[in-house]
Amino acid sequence: MRILMFGWEFPPFNSGGLGVACLGLTKALSGLGVEVVFVMPKRLDIKTPWAKMVFADSITGVETVAVNSTLTAYATHKSYVRGYHPVEDAGIYGGSLIEEVTRYSLRGGALALQEQFDVIYAHDWLSFGAGAAAKRATGKPLIVQVHATEIDRTGSPWTVNNEVFALEKAGMEAADVVITVSEMTKNIIVREYGIAPEKVRVVYNGIDEATAPSGSTSLPRLRSLKRAGYKFVLFLGRVTLQKGPDYFLRAAKRVLERNPNVLFILSGSGDMDAQMMRMSGELGIGGRIFFTGFLHGAERHEVYRTADLFVMPSISEPFGIAALEAMKLGTPILISKQSGVSEVVNHALKVDFWDVDEMANKILSVVGYPGLREALAENAAREAEMLTWRQAASKVTGIVNELVH
Amino acid sequence: MKRYSFFDVGNDPEYFNDRSDSDLNNRRIVEKVARKSYIPATRLLVALLDRHPQMRASFSFSGIALEQMERYVPEAIELFKRAVDTGRVEVLGETYYHSLAFFYSPVEFESQVAKHRDIIRRIFGVRPRVFRNTELSYRNDLGEWADRNGYAGIIAEGWDPILGWRSPNYVYTPKGSANARLLLKNYRLSDDVAFRFSSQQWSEWPLTAEKFAQWVGAAEGDTVNLFMDYETFGEHQWEDTGIFNFLERLPEELAKNPGIDFKTPSEVIASYDPRDEVDMPHVVTWADTDRDLTAWVGNPMQQAAIDNVYALEPAVMRTNDTKLIDDWRRLQTSDHFYYMCTKWFQDGDVHAYFSPYESPYEAYIAYMNALSDFRFRLEKQQR
Repeated sequence: MRILMFGWEFPPFNSGGLGVACLGLTKALSGLGVEVVFVMPKRLDIKTPWAKMVFADSITGVETVAVNSTLTAYATHKSYVRGYHPVEDAGIYGGSLIEEVTRYSLRGGALALQEQFDVIYAHDWLSFGAGAAAKRATGKPLIVQVHATEIDRTGSPWTVNNEVFALEKAGMEAADVVITVSEMTKNIIVREYGIAPEKVRVVYNGIDEATAPSGSTSLPRLRSLKRAGYKFVLFLGRVTLQKGPDYFLRAAKRVLERNPNVLFILSGSGDMDAQMMRMSGELGIGGRIFFTGFLHGAERHEVYRTADLFVMPSISEPFGIAALEAMKLGTPILISKQSGVSEVVNHALKVDFWDVDEMANKILSVVGYPGLREALAENAAREAEMLTWRQAASKVTGIVNELVH
Repeated sequence: MKRYSFFDVGNDPEYFNDRSDSDLNNRRIVEKVARKSYIPATRLLVALLDRHPQMRASFSFSGIALEQMERYVPEAIELFKRAVDTGRVEVLGETYYHSLAFFYSPVEFESQVAKHRDIIRRIFGVRPRVFRNTELSYRNDLGEWADRNGYAGIIAEGWDPILGWRSPNYVYTPKGSANARLLLKNYRLSDDVAFRFSSQQWSEWPLTAEKFAQWVGAAEGDTVNLFMDYETFGEHQWEDTGIFNFLERLPEELAKNPGIDFKTPSEVIASYDPRDEVDMPHVVTWADTDRDLTAWVGNPMQQAAIDNVYALEPAVMRTNDTKLIDDWRRLQTSDHFYYMCTKWFQDGDVHAYFSPYESPYEAYIAYMNALSDFRFRLEKQQR
């Protein structure tokens, strides 16, 4: 079995769960004997011994067109563009996201004609166009996987960018199967995008050694505060509306009213960075919040390990791989019920994202009752062992088999 | 216990007065279970006692269950009284608060047994002669306690790994006991009714009274001790499974087997000589496949919770404050700890046991918050 897979980001050139998922899934697929040809829009220094990497910008003879788009005028999409290249600030992609997406789509068909494969697989709207072009060129079946919808990203069906929404919808309509990372996302796709439920399949993300943060580095300040008896509560994710960082700060305020020995780490970056710093000052808790910016590798690993509790207050989270990362590293998690990961994990505290008092109640309980922390940490780590990429890959293989045979 | 929040600590001294539509609302649960089970089952039992002079039964009520029924469903109490008044229904002794106090504080245990004796005397006018401890938990020293305190006998789980070659179908003597006897639950035949009755995957489904009576008739030994949740009739097994018809037909089907009749635990003890002494140095309960206390105190949360509540005993007792002592005892009810069990909370097998909470962690948080408030009240009282 051979899959031609179109992606957009890939570790270490990633800013979020999409890249992690592509790494985890391709590696696990190859472990199951599936060959993957992974396509990225531009040439990058990515080492993947388990998959053949192809870069769409090396395709010659394809006309590219300049696209006029107002897309970059939207703050959230601006932050997208910025967010997608944490390594080089100048950016791996050009100024206009939609322009890049269009260029990628145009090359998809030509590229497909040069490769041998059974099925086409495209991750998120950024590569749906390339996947659909490959299908048109070769007639091979297309699977698209939705890691997040425009509705999740912007918080509601009324705030979506219509261009992005249309690209998502067209990609799903062109596909033979749509894979989502949760039942929650499946419901959005059926309800808001009008896709037939029979066509949509749920494959939950996983975690394993290859994708879990690792490495060690010293974070001396955090360590000494921890030795002094402080408890750490961690938010780790893009600092943007979808992820609910403001609910995190409001819960922090409630917690600190009852227990001054708790410190909060807000890790990540995004379009709400400045707003969050301002808000922490307004709430009078500025001295209790650490803003770390975007963390990679060893630092990310250390911050998870230092935390007594990981909080994911997302407003709309298709899955939430960060929660699995925390579990895997033995850190208890408190996640919003509006997250896909809450469908598959039992050993977690769960809360409605808007219920700030309940969030604070649970944070106070974890830092106050050692038995709770201990039981959650131990059971969560064990549960994470069962939620593997291998499991996800074998589900994907099953779906591919249905399409091919 | 309601979902007691950290922010309630110091503000709300009521832990058990949930008024929501959830299963945390004790009144709602008692009314529901009484309607589905206690009332129809006992009405049927009273009719069966009228119809069949050989019919016998035995009840083990906790004090807190009786108290709530008196308050919310007095009709159920009246029916239980009618059954006990026939003189053919025995009432067993246990702890008032359905607690595991025996294993944590012998003094507290004795107080709770005495309080239970009082409510049984008040409602039914009888004195328990046979004891059964919470969750059928048993250990040698409990047998000795029952013996010392003049009980005719005590009931425990007939668990094969401990019984070895011995059958649960005889009367035994607890280790170190002079007069008290040990009755062992026949868990296979009990569970055929309590757990498997409506299971269509079970090769013996459907279980008829006729078939069950034949199994009882075929059992070797002097006695078959059937012991199960009363909620089996109408709540665990719903009416539409045919459980009430089964119960109604059972006396006449059993009568068809020569030599089979009904006996109360006291009658069994009086009728047969003990076969042997049974040694149970470690706690045995009727829970799941481990038959130990791990469902209640097996994980660090459960241990922290129960250790914390019993650690308060001296301070609570010194207050002589009735409300504080009563609340502290209500915090000992074994169900609080059971809801914190994480044993079955994996492999997606979330529904393998009953809990009114979303997770064992929610149960623990509510409990520890309430306990924090209780400690706060205690300190205030001491000042």
